[in-house]
Amino acid sequence: MALSTSSNFAKPDDAFRAVVEAHRRLSEAQSADLDAALVLVLANHIGDLDVLNEAIALAKRRMLDASQQQQQQQQ
Amino acid sequence: MAQTKTQFGYRRHPDQDRTGANLAEHAIVVVGAGPVGLSLAIDLAQRGQSVVLLDDADRIGEGSRAICFSKRSLEFWDRLGIGQRMVDKGVVWSVGKIFHGEQQLYQFNLLPEQGHKRPAFINLQQFYAEAYLVDRVGELPSIDLRWRNKVTGLEPRNDQVLLTIETPDGPYQLSARFVIACDGARSSLRQMVGAEFAGQVFEDQFLIADVKMTAAFPTERWFWFDPPFHAGRSALLHKQPDEIWRIDLQLSPDADPAIEKLPENVRPRIARMLGHDKFDFEWISLYKFQCRRMDRFVHDRVIFAGDAAHQVSPFGARGANSGLEDAENIAWKLDRVLRGTSPEALLESYHIERSAAADENIRESTRSTDFMAPVTAQEARLRKAVLSLAKETEFGKRMVNGGRLSVPSVYDTLLSTADSDAWRGGPRPGASMLDAPVVAANGEPMFLTDAFIKSGTRFTLLEFSNGAAAEVPEGVGAIRIGGDGGLTDAAGIAAARYDAEPGSAYLLRPDGYVAARFRKPSRSAVDAALSRASGLN
Repeated sequence: MALSTSSNFAKPDDAFRAVVEAHRRLSEAQSADLDAALVLVLANHIGDLDVLNEAIALAKRRMLDASQQQQQQQQ
Repeated sequence: MAQTKTQFGYRRHPDQDRTGANLAEHAIVVVGAGPVGLSLAIDLAQRGQSVVLLDDADRIGEGSRAICFSKRSLEFWDRLGIGQRMVDKGVVWSVGKIFHGEQQLYQFNLLPEQGHKRPAFINLQQFYAEAYLVDRVGELPSIDLRWRNKVTGLEPRNDQVLLTIETPDGPYQLSARFVIACDGARSSLRQMVGAEFAGQVFEDQFLIADVKMTAAFPTERWFWFDPPFHAGRSALLHKQPDEIWRIDLQLSPDADPAIEKLPENVRPRIARMLGHDKFDFEWISLYKFQCRRMDRFVHDRVIFAGDAAHQVSPFGARGANSGLEDAENIAWKLDRVLRGTSPEALLESYHIERSAAADENIRESTRSTDFMAPVTAQEARLRKAVLSLAKETEFGKRMVNGGRLSVPSVYDTLLSTADSDAWRGGPRPGASMLDAPVVAANGEPMFLTDAFIKSGTRFTLLEFSNGAAAEVPEGVGAIRIGGDGGLTDAAGIAAARYDAEPGSAYLLRPDGYVAARFRKPSRSAVDAALSRASGLN
């Protein structure tokens, strides 16, 4: 199975909102704790190491993009 | 340490009077009389080889050190004739419990099914294991065990290795066709061949205490994350024979070893753990550890085994047990090469199989160590999440890593013949044979591992009879289940564990690993698999 990147929610705004709401009124440390637990819960639900690795790679490209942008700004 | 001999005398050997062109020549010299070297020497001797076994000390080391011996190691020791003695003395266990703070997170059973000769683990102080092995060596005249013989020089010759050995009477030399270095983590032979020994160093320090006390803890492995008696760190408790308890406490990386080791500093920690101070110390030691291995286990005629070849963290009982698996792996191969029934190239399979096993052991024990001592803040956060999720979810419990205990590796090896039939279960080629209860023709209950020993601990065809006995090549042992004169698998457990139908057969290697399996073995298919497993093609 490959990682699905098509839109899977009928109402994507509801899903985004659910995660945002979960973090409301949390300190940064609490938010980080919540994310750590949430990632593990969702990873287990997916239950497929290949998909998980694809998801990690997709998410990690944000770090790469961010550092490239930073470099461009510095130039 | 009552009743066991731990101090041995140096004795001058006639080899020490031989010089120049008259040097003694030996087929096999094993260096290091620890659990690995002793077991290897016994296995080789039982296969008919003469072995010179050298050790630089003249006594068995103190302290419990390696204490957890696996089912696989016990099965190996059964073949060496000392399994029962180890089990009789040892503390049998199969259940582990993991705690977080005051709360039990989960428990696991490493051998939840019946019908195995040996338990998942025994705990036994290493000095007992070594003493029993030395006793067994004493029964085998073809092992020449020389204490206070320290190898100080190693010089490769064309088809020999020249060893220089220091003794209380001064140095002497001898030559060997093969040298097996079982001389531990600080192996001097490894340095002599100029091999690298690189890997990961862990900064966290651990304190081991052997404590003598009467206690009502069950015979289980107990592991704590953040225990009430040792906040923010981890702790491990094991029962050993003689009412000795092994306690491992994780210390902070910056703790001063000299200060931490003082009994007056250790005592309050243990007292907090036990809730009383009615105990005595037998041994206290402090350690840091590394996970690393040699690039190559075979350096021409010098072959490395055990801690000399690879080191792991202690969480998982993968040190001594993997060393013993090295020994059983190299023994039969060396025997065949020396007999000329297999080419020297067979020894390369030792490197391939056991270095892959070392990689697996390092991977598993590194993961356990990282879980116990998270390196970054985010790692600590993920671990906190796992420990917290473990309280209410099954997947969280399974993710808690307080040590993944040693199981035999499955070899991806050229010695295996790939399956050409369909199998729904059973040990695949490259996996270790599984034990099962059977009944001998005379009505005696026994186990498949017993039958393997009875058939000669050699290449053996394990056959589930369909009436006619399969034709077995010369020199190959046979275990027959069912049919006239065969073993009875009354409860069908053996057939189930091997996914066997009438006619199915497994070709076992002399170390009890599966070389090939067949639904309907033809003589030519068995011959081809045997040839492949012998390194002949």
